[in-house]
Amino acid sequence: MSTDPAARAATTPSPPAPYVRIERLTKRFGDFVAVRQVSLEIARGEIFCLLGGSGCGKTTLLRMLAGFETPTEGSIYIDGVDVTGVPPYERPVNMMFQSYALFPHMTVEQNVAFGLRQDGTPRAEIETRVEEMLSLVKLDGYAKRKPHQLSGGQRQRVALARALVKRPKLLLLDEPLGALDKKLREHTQFELVGLQERLGVTFVIVTHDQEEAMTLASRIGVMRAGEILQVGSPTDIYEYPNSRFVADFIGSVNLVEGKLVEDEPDHVRIDCPQLGGTVYVDHGVSSPPDAQLSVAIRPEKLQLARERPEQPDNVLAGTVTGIAYLGDATRYLVRLSTGFVLRVTMPNVYRREEQFEQGQPVWVHWHASAAVVVMR
Amino acid sequence: MPGRRSLFVLMALAFGFAFLYLPILAMIVYSFNASRLVTVWDSANSPTLMWYAELFRNAPVLDSARLSFRIATVNATGAVILGTLAAFALERYRRFRGRALFGLLTTAPMVLPEVITGLSLLLLFVALEQAIGWPGGRGATTITIAHITFSMAYVIVVIQARLATVDRSLEEAAMDLGARPWKVFFVITLPLIMPAIASGWVLAFILSWDDLVITSFVSGPSSTTLPQLVFSKVRLGVSPDINALATILVLIVTACVVAAGVYMVRLEKRRARDAQTAFDAAT
Ligand SMILES: Nc1ncnc2c1ncn2[C@@H]1O[C@H](COP(=O)(O)OP(=O)(O)O)[C@@H](O)[C@H]1O
Ligand SMILES: [Mg+2]
Repeated sequence: MSTDPAARAATTPSPPAPYVRIERLTKRFGDFVAVRQVSLEIARGEIFCLLGGSGCGKTTLLRMLAGFETPTEGSIYIDGVDVTGVPPYERPVNMMFQSYALFPHMTVEQNVAFGLRQDGTPRAEIETRVEEMLSLVKLDGYAKRKPHQLSGGQRQRVALARALVKRPKLLLLDEPLGALDKKLREHTQFELVGLQERLGVTFVIVTHDQEEAMTLASRIGVMRAGEILQVGSPTDIYEYPNSRFVADFIGSVNLVEGKLVEDEPDHVRIDCPQLGGTVYVDHGVSSPPDAQLSVAIRPEKLQLARERPEQPDNVLAGTVTGIAYLGDATRYLVRLSTGFVLRVTMPNVYRREEQFEQGQPVWVHWHASAAVVVMR
Repeated sequence: MPGRRSLFVLMALAFGFAFLYLPILAMIVYSFNASRLVTVWDSANSPTLMWYAELFRNAPVLDSARLSFRIATVNATGAVILGTLAAFALERYRRFRGRALFGLLTTAPMVLPEVITGLSLLLLFVALEQAIGWPGGRGATTITIAHITFSMAYVIVVIQARLATVDRSLEEAAMDLGARPWKVFFVITLPLIMPAIASGWVLAFILSWDDLVITSFVSGPSSTTLPQLVFSKVRLGVSPDINALATILVLIVTACVVAAGVYMVRLEKRRARDAQTAFDAAT
């Protein structure tokens, strides 16, 4: 649609045979459709992130995978087996709950051992596996504590250990880092990825935090109102969003409306009244002529200059109307002659005094590959 | 002015407590009175434990006490078992047909006049006896059944309230880890609602131990509970040994309440202490 599929295929290795297959899954609560016709394929050993705003149906989809909700329509296959009607206690799937759901009346050790005990695993084996798991999440020495004697980060690790100790085919994590503070969260993200690589368990992670999804995921599924809008690697989703919503949801973006005025296989030109000119894009667009389109340009792909740069296209004159110094970068608001305001992020590789100032006339320019055309 | 307000609060408190406990206090004081006349204080020989000593030689009193205790214990246990099941059904299976009606019916005995509950139970027992020959006459069994029907309502309320605070995801997590629903109930839910079950038990015990009205409808000639005995004795004229008996009744109820209170405070303290440990560990 918006991008060259051949170019994209080259950046993404073709995934192996699907390990988890979700087919046209729908869940209704009364008249309300929480999940609508979702089809997904997840490969073995993948970290798949479901990303979307609050209330878009992420948890409901996850709960159907765990077996807590019965799908209204559709089916779920894990490792080739149809598990749609299988109760949670018989699925080869474990879940890490958003609230961790640690059993408050049991010690850390008993919590982690719980799953193994249900399977009638021999005592000696339970002991070694629990010990192994606790040291894997760096909780040796905490075995005899009760959950309320632990800090938030420690509880999170107990929940993880408890869900992983049964070596599930699929681990579901609902906002696994949501309850941790920012510093701990960043640290834990990398631990989580490391653990997943070591154990080779397939992860499905639900999050509303796009940064978290980008850090953790091998692939991301962006959800809105019960539907999956786009599935792809973090790069795909960021660089080649397939809709206005995805472009806007992931990161920061300048979105302007426009109309095709020049449609060639190797480039297009789009007239954008909001910018007071045309945008030249160096790749073809497969859309009907006269279609209403949007052009998405990331703020970090725009550049500012004092003198008019020597390029025929993609240059606009404006005035700096806002400056936010972020340390590693500075974000500028630039008002064009049409009144439209562009967001521009410039990395702070220059000295402070070489930066642009409030009210200064500037030229905004960008490379022909910077803009992405999405359907309105 | 804080001084004046605190004085007012103190007085209100004193008056309230006096209103509640002066009559009981008077009864307790008179139970140590040596005089046979209830209203005359025999200061020469008082206080004395003679009425208490007499009670423990009095076979009918001892029999009634034993009967009351047995009924209260069996009742509390039965009410807690049935009440837990009902509360679980009401709280966890929110969508079953007739749930609202079921909820209403289980708690109705709390608001129905005791006379009506007693009378209808009596009619039921009589009808049952004619139809299937059970229960053969009225006595300890019918009293226990009657007590269970009304005390269960209170137990349901107590346990349901607690159950509502138990995070559903705990039960789901257990199921996710491979525990079947009945196992989840016994291993996760039951331990978590244990405090409510304990207080429900004590409550049901006291309700049964105290009950007079419903008991009178369904008791037989050979089964006189302690409240019935007190009541029948009072009708023949108040004698000092009644004061002693009533004092013992009150003491037992108080002991139950205090024990439940101490248990709760201790749970609370342990929680606070553990939370403190967690805080220390985190910092
Ligand atoms: N048991 C339920 N009954 C009715 N509506 C529900 C139920 N569970 C979830 N929903 C609704 O489905 C929508 C999606 O919920 P959820 O999957 O929890 O969203 P998310 O996890 O993405 O925030 C919400 O609007 C929520 O109100
Ligand atoms: Mg959610």
